[in-house]
Amino acid sequence: MNDSNAVTAETLVRASGITKTYRRGGESINVLSGLMLDVPRGDFLALMGPSGSGKSTLLNLIGGIDRATSGSIEFAGRRLEDMNESELARWRARHVGFIFQMHHLLPMLTAQDNVELPLLLTGFPGAERRRRAAAALKLVGLADRVKHKPAELSGGQEQRVGVARAIVTDPDILLCDEPTGDLDRKAGDAILDLLQALNGEHGKTIVMVTHDPHAAVRAKRTLYFDQGVLVTQAAM
Amino acid sequence: MFVNRILQILSVIRVSLGSLPERTGTALVATIGFAAVVLVFTGMLSIREGFEKVVQQNGSPDVAMAMRGGSTAELNSGVSLEASRIIGQEANVFHDDRGPVVSPEVLLVVDAPRRTTLSDSNVPFRGVTDRGFVIHDKVRIVEGRMYEEGKGEVIVGRQAAAQFAGLDVGRELRWSGFSWKVVGVFAANGGLEESEIWTDARTLQTAFDRGTYFQSVYIKLTGADTFQSFKDSVTTNPQLNVTVQRYDEYLHAQTEFLSAFVAIAGGVIALLMGLGAVFGAINAMYAAVSSRALEIATLRALGFGRLPVLISVMAEAMVLGIAGGVLGGIVAWIAFDGFQTSTLNWASFSQVAFQFAVTPSLLVQGTALALLLGLFGGLLPAVRAARLPIAEALRGH
Ligand SMILES: Nc1ncnc2c1ncn2[C@@H]1O[C@H](COP(=O)(O)OP(=O)(O)OP(=O)(O)O)[C@@H](O)[C@H]1O
Ligand SMILES: [Mg+2]
Repeated sequence: MNDSNAVTAETLVRASGITKTYRRGGESINVLSGLMLDVPRGDFLALMGPSGSGKSTLLNLIGGIDRATSGSIEFAGRRLEDMNESELARWRARHVGFIFQMHHLLPMLTAQDNVELPLLLTGFPGAERRRRAAAALKLVGLADRVKHKPAELSGGQEQRVGVARAIVTDPDILLCDEPTGDLDRKAGDAILDLLQALNGEHGKTIVMVTHDPHAAVRAKRTLYFDQGVLVTQAAM
Repeated sequence: MFVNRILQILSVIRVSLGSLPERTGTALVATIGFAAVVLVFTGMLSIREGFEKVVQQNGSPDVAMAMRGGSTAELNSGVSLEASRIIGQEANVFHDDRGPVVSPEVLLVVDAPRRTTLSDSNVPFRGVTDRGFVIHDKVRIVEGRMYEEGKGEVIVGRQAAAQFAGLDVGRELRWSGFSWKVVGVFAANGGLEESEIWTDARTLQTAFDRGTYFQSVYIKLTGADTFQSFKDSVTTNPQLNVTVQRYDEYLHAQTEFLSAFVAIAGGVIALLMGLGAVFGAINAMYAAVSSRALEIATLRALGFGRLPVLISVMAEAMVLGIAGGVLGGIVAWIAFDGFQTSTLNWASFSQVAFQFAVTPSLLVQGTALALLLGLFGGLLPAVRAARLPIAEALRGH
């Protein structure tokens, strides 16, 4: 659904006519059916909806780690469906930062090394990679935890490393799938504070899937899933 | 950018190997599979190495050997004393202060009971002149003394002494109605001679009714490079009907049958077992890929390409291969190296004692084989890992 912001600001993501059908055995499940979405640069969009409504599916399509059954996703004018696997991987490395509910940090790497990982795809020399990773960890308030492995961090700290990893390459968009879903209120608030600051002060475009209305109010706007499309009002 | 690519691949390998300790179970099964193949492969080929080493040990390119025209083995050859003298007058024969270094030799086989089973086996019995010790210059008495000519005294190679009952210094034995006394044991640098019994040629000829006939003539040449002209001259001499070959080539030919047999048998067994090990490895690597699915999907979501993922799985399979190769090699070395045995030498229809030899080159070959098997085992799982559907794997399906 178009939003009034889209008229004035540059559209970063434009999803049009997105259909996603899963086939399991004989039956096919329509998760998304003709979904439309415009995300202007600088937006902070919350996506809500019941479990199984297709929130993660849409986020994965926007992030280029899954392909739609039909429809088109344009990112800054480029159509993702026209890219091959390796172009898509390179595009993700440059433009997308993922934040997962379960953070998905690599357990054998330190916080510093986890955050440095995406920088290996950028061509920065080693010293610059270390400097940037340290800066990202500092930004999320973990300057004193760089040598820790994920198992030695609290859940909230792990997720903050996850945020640092997502922003370290300075991507255009952050895609967050229930970033606070696994955290208590206090740790969740810290993550939301970070996201809000990244959006407000650093101009990062954010799309955040959440179940939590408390989290959704931090976004600039919220859209709801309803029968495979997005609407501005939650269906009661 | 190329350096960066390498760096990406290395870090994905590092991540993948970093989680290897969590998969020790399947990794161990695959490793042991590779180790078993290498163990058998190395074990089989160590027979060949050991046999070839003994047989070829004292071969020398500047020694030629003459037998009756058409003969391929000493036992079915015959050369007269006269022919031996004519050969000694040829050009290119090395002379020492006592004249041409030419050794006509008698060879026959006698029966002796094996120490282990007491069943009779053939032992080569060689008669030489004193010139023979100039040619066979590795022969040394290690126990007792040298035989005296014409007295029915023999010296026995130390491998023959170890293998056959009664070949002890001081013992008397009866062959061809004559009594023979063992007066010494000799070593020959670990070579074929150590499986033989030696005495003086004339006594042997008399006892076994050989007249003045010999089986072969060994000739020391002025150099390895003069062999061809020596051979041409001998074979075109109308007074002679002999074939001439280099001594080392003659010995090499004697190992060909066993070597080919071992290579084929070892190859077939290694192939069958290797197939089993590859399937084991495929299994292990599929398990590794599914247990790493989340990690692989995460790397892919961050923007890592398919190639580094593919290579990391192959690298892991190769690490397992090398580990299995080294393990199998070490076990083979401990179990087989130096293992004492004997086999029939088809050229003399008599026993040759030798030791299994697990050589460094065999260990390298075994490890290379395991590495290759690892590559085969890793290929399909690596392709699956590279093609992993990212979103689905992140979801944990
Ligand atoms: N690989 C798949 N194969 C079959 N069905 C799938 C697959 N992935 C997702 N689905 C189905 O698609 C639907 C939407 O899934 P999705 O994960 O997008 O929902 P969601 O809104 O994120 O739910 P949740 O709030 O529980 O995370 C679900 O019914 C799910 O079972
Ligand atoms: Mg979801």
